[in-house]
This record gives sequence, C-alpha cells and structure tokens, in this order.
Amino acid sequence: MAEAKLDRILVLGIGNILWADEGFGVRVVEEFHRRYAVPDNVTILDGGTQGLYLVNYVEEADGLIVFDAIDYGLAPGELKLVRDEEVPRFTGAKKMSLHQTGFQEVLSAADLLGRYPQRLALIGCQPLDLEDWGGPLTGPVRAQIEPAIQLACAVLAEWGVSAVLRSEPLAGDARLLANDIDHHSYEMGADPAG
Amino acid sequence: MGIQTPNGFNLDNSGKRVVVDPLTRIEGHLRVEVNVDSNNVIRNAVSTGTMWRGIETILRNRDPRDAWAFTERICGVCTGTHALTSVRAVENALGIMIPDNANSIRNIMQLCLQVHDHLVHFYHLHALDWVDVVSALKADPKATSALAQSISDWPLSSPGYFKDLQIRLTKFVESGQLGPFKNAYWGHAAYKLPPEANLMAVAHYLEALDFQKEIVKIHTIYGGKNPHPNWLVGGVPCAVNVDGTGAVGAINMERLNLVSSIIDRSIEFVQKVYLPDVVAIGSFYKDWLYGGGLSGKSVMSYGDIPENANDYSAKNLKLPRGVILNGNLNEVLPIDHGDPEQIQEFVTHSWYKYPDESKGLHPWDGVTEPNYQLGPNAKGTKTDIKELDEGGKYSWIKAPRWRGNAVEVGPLARYIIGYAQNKPEFKEPTDKLLKTLNLPVTALFSTLGRTAARALECDWAATQMRYFQDKLVARIKSGDSSTANVEKWKPESWPKEAKGYGFTEAPRGALAHWIKIKDTKIDNYQCVVPTTWNGSPRDPKGNIGAFEASLMDTPMADPEKPLEILRTIHSFDPCLACSTHVMSPDGQEMATVKVR
Repeated sequence: MAEAKLDRILVLGIGNILWADEGFGVRVVEEFHRRYAVPDNVTILDGGTQGLYLVNYVEEADGLIVFDAIDYGLAPGELKLVRDEEVPRFTGAKKMSLHQTGFQEVLSAADLLGRYPQRLALIGCQPLDLEDWGGPLTGPVRAQIEPAIQLACAVLAEWGVSAVLRSEPLAGDARLLANDIDHHSYEMGADPAG
Repeated sequence: MGIQTPNGFNLDNSGKRVVVDPLTRIEGHLRVEVNVDSNNVIRNAVSTGTMWRGIETILRNRDPRDAWAFTERICGVCTGTHALTSVRAVENALGIMIPDNANSIRNIMQLCLQVHDHLVHFYHLHALDWVDVVSALKADPKATSALAQSISDWPLSSPGYFKDLQIRLTKFVESGQLGPFKNAYWGHAAYKLPPEANLMAVAHYLEALDFQKEIVKIHTIYGGKNPHPNWLVGGVPCAVNVDGTGAVGAINMERLNLVSSIIDRSIEFVQKVYLPDVVAIGSFYKDWLYGGGLSGKSVMSYGDIPENANDYSAKNLKLPRGVILNGNLNEVLPIDHGDPEQIQEFVTHSWYKYPDESKGLHPWDGVTEPNYQLGPNAKGTKTDIKELDEGGKYSWIKAPRWRGNAVEVGPLARYIIGYAQNKPEFKEPTDKLLKTLNLPVTALFSTLGRTAARALECDWAATQMRYFQDKLVARIKSGDSSTANVEKWKPESWPKEAKGYGFTEAPRGALAHWIKIKDTKIDNYQCVVPTTWNGSPRDPKGNIGAFEASLMDTPMADPEKPLEILRTIHSFDPCLACSTHVMSPDGQEMATVKVR
C-alpha cells in the first residue's frame, strides 16, 4: 500500500572504496545515480567514511535509504533489508570514521537535534573480504549491486517516488565519482588482469 | 626495572599492565597499554595502531593528476587536506605554478577545514572527556544562565533556554539510547566541572553540531561538492564569473557573499562560544596539567597557508615552519622535505620489513612490506593479543623521525613554534589565555595546553579565512578571474622522470606526500600522516613517540576506568587512516579495559 509522500529523501551510500567490499555502499549509489534519474526531492549521496559530518544530510531527510557493507553473520554476498526502528541496532558495532563514530551515532545525533527521519531503510550486503587494502569488490558482493538498486527502487516506490531509468547512463564527469576512482577505472587499476 | 630513553623518559614496565583497546571515539583500532605503579601512576606506555598499509600499492601506475581523488578517500576526516597535499606534490614534481586566486581559494578551503575540524573535535570528540553529561541533568538552569552570561554575550543563554535543553536531554537519556553520550565514564572522579558548567557545555555541544554544517558549505561552493570536494593540479576547479547569475558551478558575487557571511558567523561562534568554553572548562582543570609528553621537548610544524602563491618558504607561510629539539625554544631549525637525511621512517618496532632495519628510509625511497610477528614476550596469539611486547614489533604505524628525533605535531606544536619565533599572532593570544587562567607558560606543555592551542588556532584560522576571502574578492574585482594554470596539464609536456613533495598542516598536524613519476605514471607515492608522527612506536634507539610520552607519569584515579588516558590521547585529535566500519548487530562495543 502506498504511503503518504515523504517530502525529502536521502539515498546514501557509505563505506571506504579503497578497502575491497567496504566500498559496497558507495558503489551502489554510484551505479544508481549513473543509471537512474530521481525527482528533485531525492538526494543521492556518496557519504564515504564521513561519519558525524553526515548528520547534516540525514537531519534534512524525511525518508532515508542507506547502503552499506554489514556483518549480519550471513553468507558473503547475501543482501538484507532492515527497516525503521530496527536500523540503529544494525548500525552500531564497528566504527565508521571520524574517530569511531558509527552510523548509529549519526542517527542519534540527528535524533538529539530533534530531526530524525520518519522512515529508514538499510540495505546491507554481507562482505566477503574487508582486508584487501586497495582491492576491488569481491565477486559475490559486486553481484549484489543491481539487486540492491532494485530493492531501493521498491522502497522508493512505497514512499511514492519513482526512480526512472535514464535513456543513456551518465557519462564521465556527471557521475558521482570521477578522476579514476569511478568503479570501472578503479577496478581496472586495482586488478589490471581483470 | 627502569630504562631511560634517549629522549628523556624513564620507563618502568614492572607494574600492573592496563590495556585499553580500542580507545573510544578514535578512528581505527588505536590501542594503548600502560604499566602503572602501586600508586596507579603510569610508568610505561605503549601505543599501537591498526593497518596503515600505505597508498602506494593503490596508486602505482595511476595518473598523477588523479592521485588527490584517491588520497581524499584514505581518511574520513582529512579528505580535503590530503587532496591539497597531493596536488601540491604533483605541482612540485612537475614545476607547475598556480594563479594567485587559486592560492587564496585553497587557503580558504584549508582554513575552513581547520575551523570545522577543530570545532567538531572539541565539542563532539573531546569535550566529553572533560564534561559529565549525566551531571548536567542536575544543573540549575538559572545558575547555568548566570554562568553563561558571565563569560560571553552569546544570545542563547536564558534560564528558559537551558531548562528546555535539560528537559530534552533528560528525555534522551531516559529513553536509554545514549547515542553519542555512551561509552563514557560518567561520575568518574576525574570530572571536575560543576553541574551548571556541564549543562552549558552540553548546550554548546548541540549548537556546534547544528552550526558546523554551515561552515562546510564553503567546501561545497569552492569545491563544487561536499563531502568530497573537487581539486585540480594547477589550481582550483571552480571558474569565476562575477557577472554570472545562473552558471552552474561558477563563482559569482552571490556565492562570494554567501562565503563571506559564513565566515562572519564562524568567527562569531568561535569567539563567543568555543573560546569562552575552553577558558571556563580550563579554569576547573588548572591542577590537571599532565599529558605534556614531547611537547615541552621536541615539536615540528611544516608550515602552511602561503601568503603568495607558489612560495612554500618559512617566511611566506602564515603557519610556522620548523623544528624545536630538546626544549631549546631559542632555536627553530629549518626543514627540507627533499633532504634524505631529515625525514625518515623506521620499522624496527613496526610490522613491516626493511632490508636493513637499523636504518630509516626517506619517503621517496619508502617501502611498505608487511611483516606481522609478535615479540618474544608478547602474551596471547597473533589473532588475540593479550599483551604486546614493546621490545619487538608492535604496531602497524611506522616510526617517522626528523634527524632521528621523535617529535610532536599538531596545533600545540604550531603554537609553541610560533611563540618561540615571537610571532605576535600566536604569542599574544597565548599569553592572554595564560594570564586569564593565571598559569605559567610551561602549563602549555600539557593535555590542557593541546586542547587550548586548538581553540586559539580555530580563532586564528577563522580570521585568516576572512583575510583570504577579502584578498580574493579584491583581486576578482580588479579583473583577474584566473583560477587554474593548464600549461603543463598534458603529460606530453612532462619530463620522463620527476619527483616531488607536497606538505600541509592538517588540523591534527604535519602532513606530507612524496611522489615519483615515471613515464607519466606514478612510480612511488608515500604519505606520512600526522598520526604517524604522534602515534609512532619506538625507534631503533628506543625513543618513544608522542602518544606514549604524553601518558608518562599521569596518575589514574581508577585503572579500570582509564578516563585520563582517553583524555590525553583524544587531545591529539588522532586519526588512524583506516576507515573500516563494517556494521554488525552485536550491539555496542565499549572499550575493553583489561588490568593485569
């Protein structure tokens, strides 16, 4: 059942692209932004490992979708959607950045400011390898980029927003990540054989 | 059994061992082990950091003009400052000159990061080492208002304001999800503030959280986007078009005015909230002058914020450049980043391998080959270390040294050097603060001094932003809209081989990148980051690093609750360049403290 439309929506990818499967969240938003157009009230953001600095974006959102690598204790590459009040529980344990602020603390900070999103969806993927400094996403995790995007589209549809496939994927500089750290160039450099 | 280190500390590891792993509110897994004597005074300190594996494996064979985009991703907090350091390294290697407007805009970006980072560090990562949130719940809002109005004319100071805040805070705490206020030792004997000061500080914690988002808008304007602004070898990637109204990305008068107004509000917030808070909090901790460590002995600052473009000599840099050794404030020694004898990294006590580990390597010739093995006296296993053996290898952080000396870097180092050079912009505010608190100049060499220097520098940086913004606007108005030099953009114009370095003063200290370019691609790339200097392990001669030195001789009220250790380590604003953050449903990870 469609709900009342949320005014402002943030689609956020977090993680470190230099650390193998840690980059999952950022790679998903990068691909989502490359291929889909969204209405003006939806922001697609590569949050990297910005920790507490992300509170500025989170507090402005009525609806928040987060992509990230999450240790659910599942098989590598397994995707899981967690919603609303369940989200903070899954975003606490290991620390993100900005001196060990986890995303849970970002949510708490928004709460403390009295501006907590009404609706939350966390789309997480179980990583296979986080230790490969400079390495690319592993196969099982890379394979989940597309399903993760489809999950997000379904959540957005519930929230009354349609993401529309672009007629042409965005090129070069118009993308979220450029300067050789876009997914394709990064992986070509990280694994020249592949 | 005691050992005297060459840099003047008496180490005794015979007492009870306290292990803090990881230190809360610090990125990565910084771990500290100390030995305390029968009076719970720290007599030996060991600091170890997680995996900093070097960026060279990632950057080899990449385009030097893109290196900034990779280095911006090393760390969640120093993004822009790594990018700036990187473009400077490439420009140095290839002899590229940037236009004056680009210099001003880069300075504003760097100063903006400084202001933002210092403010967030103080309120959100460090204040809770001094401020007891739970005690704030007991404060009288009227008394809090009186206190706030006695120290500043900041308007948010009525009894009603503090009462409302207290109600909100109480609800938040009662809901059981302490959020940012968890992982703390509320009620610890080392907290000294009365409830009113605690409530005032918590109010400003929230105000700062709200205000900091204004400051970073400057990065969005000049960097094109945030949180990962764009940079450019040869200048800055933003075009200037003062007459433009709607041009996408171009800097017009409207945007310049917006930056100006953000700068004004930043100066006001720092001067009316941050600085008075530091003075107020400091006045209750005047007796707690531990944590000085290396700061009274050996400090280093590379210098930054060039007045004129392309001149990185000490006289042209507004932040001090030089080294003070062994407490000799009469002599500030010059630094040369290209001299192979000066900056060297050692790995005798780090988990890496060198052909000859008695020698250090200059970063141009640096290698990063892992070699993870514990010393013979370590307890536990490689996957579950109970106690490290500081006699062997014990950290993923290398040990950088300047002419063989361990040095402290950061705001306190910069202020000590500026003070020693008699620069009024550093000396006068420092003397004024010391006078207000009725403390001697030697009180600077402390945890409190580190925290105070950061606040003074935040004010300095905000004021300098104003200066460079005015300079930029004047130049643009005079008709110069140039922001980039693309003469040597094309790789065909480069020599077959080139090497260079770039340096900045990151908020947490001296940062430099060294690059070697061969056949238009990156051949070697090394970063030595501030926390590598401060968090370094021992070197072949046995000199301890800045974190380790800072913990020496500090008495602990309760080794099970190492608030004193957290307070001192946090005062460095440490940042271990590793941003692993996999989430798991196991819930909260409190710092484990083991006392043996």
